[in-house]
Formats: sequence, C-alpha cells, structure tokens
Amino acid sequence: MSTDTLRRPTATVPADAKVTFARVVRAEWIKFRSLRSSVIMVIATVVLLAGLGLAFSAVLADNPPEAGTPAPPGGPSSLDPLGASLGGVNLAQLLIGTLGVLLVAGEYATGMIRSSLAAVPRRWPVLVGKIVVLAGVSLAVLVPTALLTFLGAQGVLGDEGISLGDDGVLRAVLGAAFYLAGVGVLGMAVGALLRNTAGAITTVVALLLVVPGVVSLLPERVSDAVSPYLPSNAGEAFMSISSNPDLLSPGAGLAVFVGWLVAVVGAAVVRLKRRDA
Amino acid sequence: MIDVTNLSKRYGDKVAVDDLTFQVKPGVVTGFLGPNGAGKSTTMRMVLGLDTPTSGSVTVGGRRYADHPAPLREVGALLEAKAVHTGRTARDHLLAMAATHGIGRRRVDEVIDLVGLREVAGKRAGGFSLGMGQRLGIAAALLGDPKVVMLDEPVNGLDPDGIRWIRDLLKGLAAEGRTVFVSSHLMSEMAQTAEHLIVVGKGRLIADVSVAEFVARAAHDTVRVRSPQATRLRDLLVGPDVTVTGGEPGLLEVTGLTREQIGDRAATAGLTLHELSTQQTSLEEAFMTLTRDAVEYTAEPTAAGRTAR
Repeated sequence: MSTDTLRRPTATVPADAKVTFARVVRAEWIKFRSLRSSVIMVIATVVLLAGLGLAFSAVLADNPPEAGTPAPPGGPSSLDPLGASLGGVNLAQLLIGTLGVLLVAGEYATGMIRSSLAAVPRRWPVLVGKIVVLAGVSLAVLVPTALLTFLGAQGVLGDEGISLGDDGVLRAVLGAAFYLAGVGVLGMAVGALLRNTAGAITTVVALLLVVPGVVSLLPERVSDAVSPYLPSNAGEAFMSISSNPDLLSPGAGLAVFVGWLVAVVGAAVVRLKRRDA
Repeated sequence: MIDVTNLSKRYGDKVAVDDLTFQVKPGVVTGFLGPNGAGKSTTMRMVLGLDTPTSGSVTVGGRRYADHPAPLREVGALLEAKAVHTGRTARDHLLAMAATHGIGRRRVDEVIDLVGLREVAGKRAGGFSLGMGQRLGIAAALLGDPKVVMLDEPVNGLDPDGIRWIRDLLKGLAAEGRTVFVSSHLMSEMAQTAEHLIVVGKGRLIADVSVAEFVARAAHDTVRVRSPQATRLRDLLVGPDVTVTGGEPGLLEVTGLTREQIGDRAATAGLTLHELSTQQTSLEEAFMTLTRDAVEYTAEPTAAGRTAR
C-alpha cells in the first residue's frame, strides 16, 4: 500500500518544483497564519494602538495641558492632539517587537529552523521571507488602524482636534504604522542574531525603552550627540509634528531608522549564513 | 548518491567527525551504524548543509546540497530531534514545507496518508507522541519525492508495527532505485533492513561493507566442546588461527574451527565428546566488538598527547 503511493508520485509533485523567493514568502505566510500566537499578537497590537490612542485623546480632551509643558522623552507625546492619538505606539511596539522575536527565535526553540533551512539551504530567503510577511501584514493592518485611530481621536478631541490635511500630520500617522512594522522587523533580526526568545525580547525592549533613558543620563554633550540617532528617537522624529530641537528632521529620522533596520537585518543574514543551524 | 570525502567536523577541541570518506549508492538501503556520539547525526547535518564541515566535502548527486535548485526533490531527511514547530498542525507544517518548492496540497495529503497521520493531521504537533513525530518527519522527508532519503534513527519511539512499516517503506524506496541512508545504533535493526553498512566509531570510519560481509567478518562463532579428555583434545585443536579457552574442567571454547572439523579430529584420535555445539555471536556483540576496538585505537594517540604535554 505504502509503496504504491510512492510509485506514482510525479502526478502530485510538479515537474517545476523548485525554490523561488516568491514561494518562500508564500511558505512563510502559511507559517505565520498557522500559529495562534502570531494572530493573537497582531490583534493585541491593533487593540492597544487604537484603544490607548482613543483613551489618551479622551484624557487630553478633559484636561488640556497648560502652554509650555515639556514633552516627555521617548515616544509620541500624549500632550498634543497628534501625540495623544498615537499614544499607543509605545506599548504596541513591545507587542510587535515580541512577535518578531517569536517568529524567528521560536523556530530555534522548537527545532523548526532545521526543517526551514533544509528546504531552503541558501538560508537568506527564509529570514527575508519572514520579514516580508511580517512587514506586509503589519502595514496592511496598522496603516488603517493608525488612520482610523487618528480620525476617531480627533472626533473625541472635537474643537481641539487637528486635521489629517494639516502640515505633516498624514506623514506622522503613516510613520507610526511604518515605525511599528519596523520594530517587528527589528525583533526578527534580533531573534535571528540571538536565537533565544527571552534574550532577544529583553534586547529589543532595552534598545527601545531602556537605552534612551540611560543615554539621557549621560553628560549632555554625549547624550545630545547620541540620543537622536537611537531607533526610538529616530522614529519619534517622523511620528511627530512638533519641531523638537532634540530630534532629527522627519526625513533624517526616517533615514536613520531604516539604517538601523538595514544594519541589524544585514548582521542577522550574515550570521544565519555562517553559523551552523 | 551521497559522496562524503575526507569529511571532518570539530566543535572546539572535540572532534565529532574525523576524516570520513564513503559513498552511499542508490538502489539499496545503506545503514549508518555507530554508538551514540559516533558522529552520525553530525555527518547527516553536514549532508544537508546545516552544519559546515571543518574540512572535506559532501555532495549529493554530484553537487553540494545547497546548490540544488529543488533541494527537497534531491534529499528528503528526517533529523534526530523533532524539527517541527510545536504550535503548528501537522498539515500546516507540511503545507509550509511544500510551499517553498511550489508543491501543492494534493501531495501533502498524499504523504499524510502514506505515513498514516490522516486522523491527527489537523492537530498541533506539540501534542504528538514520539512515534507520531517520527511519522510526521518521514512525511516531510517524502514531500519532494526525493532521489535520496536520509533518516536519522527513524525507528526511535515507534511501536513494533511502526518499525515493520519503516522497514518495508525503506526497502520499497530502495527498490525504486532511490538512495536510502538510515542511521541507527542498533545492529540488529540494521541487519534486518540494510544491505550495506557504513560503520563509524568516534567519528571515524570502521567499516564500509555489505551486511553479509560484516556479519561474517565480525562474528567469530565459538564452538563449545565438552569432553572427559579435554586436555588431550586441546592439544589436537590448537593452531595458528585457533583459540581454545577453557572455563571449567572438561569444557573448551574453540574459535577458528567448525563443529565438523572438531568432531572429525576427535573421532580420528578416538576421543569421547559429550557436547559439540556452535555458540553464535550475536550481531550486537559483533558490532560492539568492532566499535570497542575503534575506541581503543583512538585512545592511544590521546594518551601520548597527554604525556607530551
């Protein structure tokens, strides 16, 4: 019985069966959607981003700040109409960063990575395929979420609200979705570098939340030189419309943030290629 | 066809694979035999390019595994531990693996049926028993209808039915002209499945022989002889290729002579025999004798190295 099935295999294994990048992306999409944890994490990110954005806006509507209150460091300020509507970014980035880590480090934890790399022995398409899927899903879900949250938040703020057509607002709202997708990618790359879930999550959290705080404690000369180039502050530069002198310009911030992603992903690919699986 | 040439792998100071050279040919089941830690799994990982050799090379069908455009059509492999995400169902695991090569759902369902996992294909692999995990791994190995099937300890965790199923499957695959390379630390298992053997110990090649030859070479059958005139008989039997040992008075254990030869000599000399029986060395014993020699052989340079230091 068993060997019969094998004797007519060509009927079901197509003659053109071979690895292409598009097929690897498709395989990674199947892997992504077939894990309960990834679906849950994406939904949680959406809920957090929208829920906190609306909640901060409601708080802001009830308690308008006095003029001249300084913006808190690290992340969009919840003290202006844009910042309040994007107030969920700070926590949402932890969820999506963790998801990125899980999708890669989880393969090392379970041994799945050996199956993945045996099927695609050139290796880099596996990691890049994962990145394409996570970035694609994140953008597809988070761009509408960010836009709708912004619009809903301005509804909550009423007269205090601003318009999507105002200078830089659309860029900042789309920037928030892009930033979150980028943090997911960062999580993946760190997961591939460390191959360990707990270590990689800790590293991502430290890089995004702890390091900015530590840098701000350094002598001002050092802190001013380093701080704007940290990934979270570079992201803040293109997620906000206030002309904060401590931040880069939106364009420069975007360039620096993308530079971080390219560097970390590049390091992850090199390590993936060189190290035994 | 798998070609292993001067293959070595070192992890720090530890030598896992030491200058291995052998070929695995299509059409027969080749057993890869050695005690735990002999370097079998490491060698198999190097075939797939999961581990990079420290030196030497390994090719499949004349090319490095990674250079094949459709690796799953070339080699289907089951590696030692479960290489499956525990949170994913068996079917989704196979669908994802298949998708990398543009292989569709029909083939996935086919291999699921082939390994008998249809009822649990929608269940998450984390809840699988060791035996079910092995079957899932074998299903994945067969996805691409590969020319080479390479399985690391496939019978681990299988019940007797499963073991028989594996044996028949492997023989069937070889009969179709595929290269079948199966590791095991159990000689008895290999003797029933394989036609050819690659035996390794401590990362080195000990034997590259047919199973029949291995058994003949390794198994020195002992003949038990009981005689009231044991001392006289002993003198008759000893010779350059013959060993005679005596455990208790009147009992001799003879290697190097057949039962018939011993009986004839005793009859010619007019000696009485009370017992004349062949004690077969089990395959397991033969295998252990062989690999023990290899261990002793490698112990020598290490000891020399220690004194030099």
